[in-house]
Amino acid sequence: MSRETEVHTLSVPPGGTSDRAFLDVRDLRVHFGTEDGLVKSVDGLSFQLERGRTLGIVGESGSGKSVTSMSLLGLHPRADRKGKGGAILSGEIWLDGQELVSATPEQLRALRGQKMAMIFQDPLSAMHPYYSVGAQIAEAYRVHNEVSKAQARKRAIELLDRVGIPQPDSRVDDYPHQFSGGMRQRAMIAMALVCNPELLIADEPTTALDVTVQAQILDLMRDLQKEFNSALIIITHDLGVVAELADDIMVMYGGKAVEYGPAKSVFTEPEHPYAWGLLGSMPRLDRPVQDRLLPIPGNPPSLINLPSGCAFNPRCAYKEACGTACTTVVPELEPTDGAAKHLVRCHLPVETRRTTFTEEIRNHL
Amino acid sequence: MLTFIARRLVAAIGLLIVVSFITFVIFFVVPQWAGQTPEQMARAYVGRGTTPAELQIVETRLGFNQAFLPHYFDYLKAMFVGTTYFDGTTYLHCSAPCFGYSFRTYQEVWPTVLSVFPVTLSIALGAGVLWLIFGVASGVVSAVFKGSVWDRASMFISLLGVSLPVYFIAPLAMLVLCYNWSLLPSPTYVGFTTNPASWAENMILPWTCLAFGYAALYTRLTRAGMLDAMSEDFTRTARAKGLPEHRVIGKHALRAAVTPIVTIFGMDFGALLGGAVLAEQAFSMHGVGALAINSIASQDFPMIMGVTLFAALFVILANLVVDVAYAALDPRVRLA
Amino acid sequence: MSIEDYRSEAISTTSVGTAASGTEPLMSVSGLQMHFPVRRGVLHRTVGTVKAVDGVDLTVHPGETLGLVGESGCGKSTTGRMLTRLGEPTGGSIVFEGRDITHMSQGQLRPLRRDIQMVFQDPQSSLNPRHTIGTIVGAPFAIQGVEPPGGRKKAVQDLLSLVGLSPEHYNRYPHEFSGGQRQRIGIARALALKPKLLVADEPVSALDVSIQAQVVNLFEDIQAELGLAYVFIAHDLSVVRHISDRVAVMYLGKIMEIAPRDDLYGTPRHPYTQALLSAVPLPDPDRKGEEASRERILLQGDVPSPLNPPSGCRFRTRCWKAQDICAAQEPPLMQIGGVRPTGVEHKVACHFPD
Repeated sequence: MSRETEVHTLSVPPGGTSDRAFLDVRDLRVHFGTEDGLVKSVDGLSFQLERGRTLGIVGESGSGKSVTSMSLLGLHPRADRKGKGGAILSGEIWLDGQELVSATPEQLRALRGQKMAMIFQDPLSAMHPYYSVGAQIAEAYRVHNEVSKAQARKRAIELLDRVGIPQPDSRVDDYPHQFSGGMRQRAMIAMALVCNPELLIADEPTTALDVTVQAQILDLMRDLQKEFNSALIIITHDLGVVAELADDIMVMYGGKAVEYGPAKSVFTEPEHPYAWGLLGSMPRLDRPVQDRLLPIPGNPPSLINLPSGCAFNPRCAYKEACGTACTTVVPELEPTDGAAKHLVRCHLPVETRRTTFTEEIRNHL
Repeated sequence: MLTFIARRLVAAIGLLIVVSFITFVIFFVVPQWAGQTPEQMARAYVGRGTTPAELQIVETRLGFNQAFLPHYFDYLKAMFVGTTYFDGTTYLHCSAPCFGYSFRTYQEVWPTVLSVFPVTLSIALGAGVLWLIFGVASGVVSAVFKGSVWDRASMFISLLGVSLPVYFIAPLAMLVLCYNWSLLPSPTYVGFTTNPASWAENMILPWTCLAFGYAALYTRLTRAGMLDAMSEDFTRTARAKGLPEHRVIGKHALRAAVTPIVTIFGMDFGALLGGAVLAEQAFSMHGVGALAINSIASQDFPMIMGVTLFAALFVILANLVVDVAYAALDPRVRLA
Repeated sequence: MSIEDYRSEAISTTSVGTAASGTEPLMSVSGLQMHFPVRRGVLHRTVGTVKAVDGVDLTVHPGETLGLVGESGCGKSTTGRMLTRLGEPTGGSIVFEGRDITHMSQGQLRPLRRDIQMVFQDPQSSLNPRHTIGTIVGAPFAIQGVEPPGGRKKAVQDLLSLVGLSPEHYNRYPHEFSGGQRQRIGIARALALKPKLLVADEPVSALDVSIQAQVVNLFEDIQAELGLAYVFIAHDLSVVRHISDRVAVMYLGKIMEIAPRDDLYGTPRHPYTQALLSAVPLPDPDRKGEEASRERILLQGDVPSPLNPPSGCRFRTRCWKAQDICAAQEPPLMQIGGVRPTGVEHKVACHFPD
């Protein structure tokens, strides 16, 4: 499919400032001061997301994808003036016209669970073992709504029913350990949805689940998003999961976005060598069996001591093609063409990237 | 839940019988294995100065010439129906529950232990409340403000508390507070029913001195437990729901952190009820602990046996209460 | 001994090649069971039995890779532990090279440990943090009292280069390595005594995607060079497809379907296999959303408890084809579609296979 016939578009063209997107993140930096040095977990991240749309953030451990989600919700304790004891945040996070980086902890707290909510990876450890599932859902409702306990409980039962828990009026009093893994994740989703949040962040929501249960949960999330018309950010390392849900995809490496664009063009015409590596590393059920996988050599970088220039350069097979720039200059996240839909952070000339992908990479995926 | 309690109760009773058997073996059987004749043992139990003929009767009464098992069952039977002892001159009745008769003080063991128990109970109760409140509170504050001045100060004080034993702090506190500054009376036990105000005033020092060491320990336990709980995923979930920080800490994290503390508290408290030996000694209060020390000093075997069983009873009871409390606190235990 | 010698010697001792039907199986397992009693109460009475593995039949041929897939709790790991005799089966038999090893004592098993090795999921916890890499990888020599020609150090360094690590890592400690490198160390240790069978239990699932591919390739390279057989246990259906010659699908302690890789993935016959395969999300945005879910067989509910598995066919409670016979009678694992020209079997345990 050619670029011109793209049907997906980014919610708002990056750089456009006239109408702010529902969620508009600009140059977000999340750094942590440690004894070994400054950890730049997220370093200059920008993206936009509208209601009803889904952004998939893909990356390996240490790419900064989970830190991004935590900082959107303001869940990191802030560092003191000396830069110790927490996260050093800069940049802007605009949620429905409200800026969150400069918001007070109390303002953030009022938004959490109400306007933005989160689904965590492992529902067994993410739910309190000593409180019943219903109590935990009702609690989330009562923080933000002045209702009686009975009303909150009713709401919890309603939500459990909606997420597909059988016999919700009796299961509401069960404890998390009495639920199966899939039901716990359903309950976790019910807890996140109890206040009708407009922004929902799911951090590896199906990684701890079996594949048949994962399919159920992905199905549920898709239905619920349509029903609630929320903006959804899904964070995962599983390219299959993002392909199922996401409209836009952002690939992160070393705290930065290296490729960002509509899901379709990122999957069918990826331009960053790291994205090629991710796709090549993964055996696919929908393709003939390859003789060999095409792994990325080496290991993910240390966030304290990122390689100079492009953070991916020590693992990149194509760095010879761009001279010394790869090891000295940090590349910008730039449009691959004039349309500004598909952004890539790479020194290789656009033409080289395209021919390399079509001639060398695509046949092996 | 009821079957759970019933099951634990059965186990507790079984354990008590085992303990009674072991004490019996230690006090009645081991000396025989060690080569003591029934006569020597009878003399040891009733004191010196009895004639051989009288000793013969003592032997029979105490059952030293009986076979092992019948002897044990007689001993058990006495607990339920009472028995009569003979010290060589007089027949002494010991009514049920009979845990033996002291031939040193001419007292039945059980009433003696019960008569001194209020002292121990008073000490343990007040100290327990104090250390639980202060230990958990300072542990929580330390954990929440980890690395702060308060945290470091409380860690230093708790290090002192753990390393300074009550028999060191008690005389020091008495010296300063009672003798130098005359702020408090030199502690003597006044019955609670006699004069509650005076009871409390006299108890302040034993309570605080005993609680100091425990509170120090509990501060550290709570701090560690809270730090663990605060880094748990469910605490992060609580924050993500938008709960105010005091609810996140006070409800979600604390609930997880105190559950093991409750267990330890039950065990410590139960052990103290069996005799706060050091504290009683340090403040010259005559509770169960002091009774144990005195009985050992005067080789009053029946009394030692009685106090041992009494202490064991409380440890086992505490275990039972802890198990039930744990099941009430942690829903995962109930079904197990 | 140079690495080339090491390789050639290894190749000469085992037959190379994929599942050849003519060869004697390296290992054959029949009716394998692992039942754990569940005890309750003061008297610890047995109130039930967890049938973690409940009658597994399979064979492993020299030099082939048998993939074992299934969801959590299906008994695939327990099976793997029994194949290496880290656990003693409560029933059935395991025959390795003609010898029944089902109930061998630890002493009798010792020489066998040279031939059967295991690689674990978590490279972090399966390496002793206080030992150097040299000690860890050389441990099998020490335990078996083997003195390799050229000395242990030389042999260990050869192994390290075989798995793509530098021989200079000999004196380092596990914490100095990344997850992928630690898994390589685990593999080197397993290869030290040139086993004929390597059981790998979720060896790549704890690793990042890019590292996963490195380790999968390593497994393939080693097999090509040393000719050993793998039992590759994993929940990731794509990885298993990539690496295996034959694949067995487990559900609730039983094998539901076993077939050559392309048969199983191309024409799955068992409803469970079909559902499992259709549930895997594909990295293809064209199949996004409703399209994907329309093609998908969505199983209802969860896997039943192995404490009380359904009567008859274990999968019937979630199966859309289930009929009365499925509850009444347990379908045996049977050859279907006649014997193939290759002689390799496609077996299914289903009353109504496709």
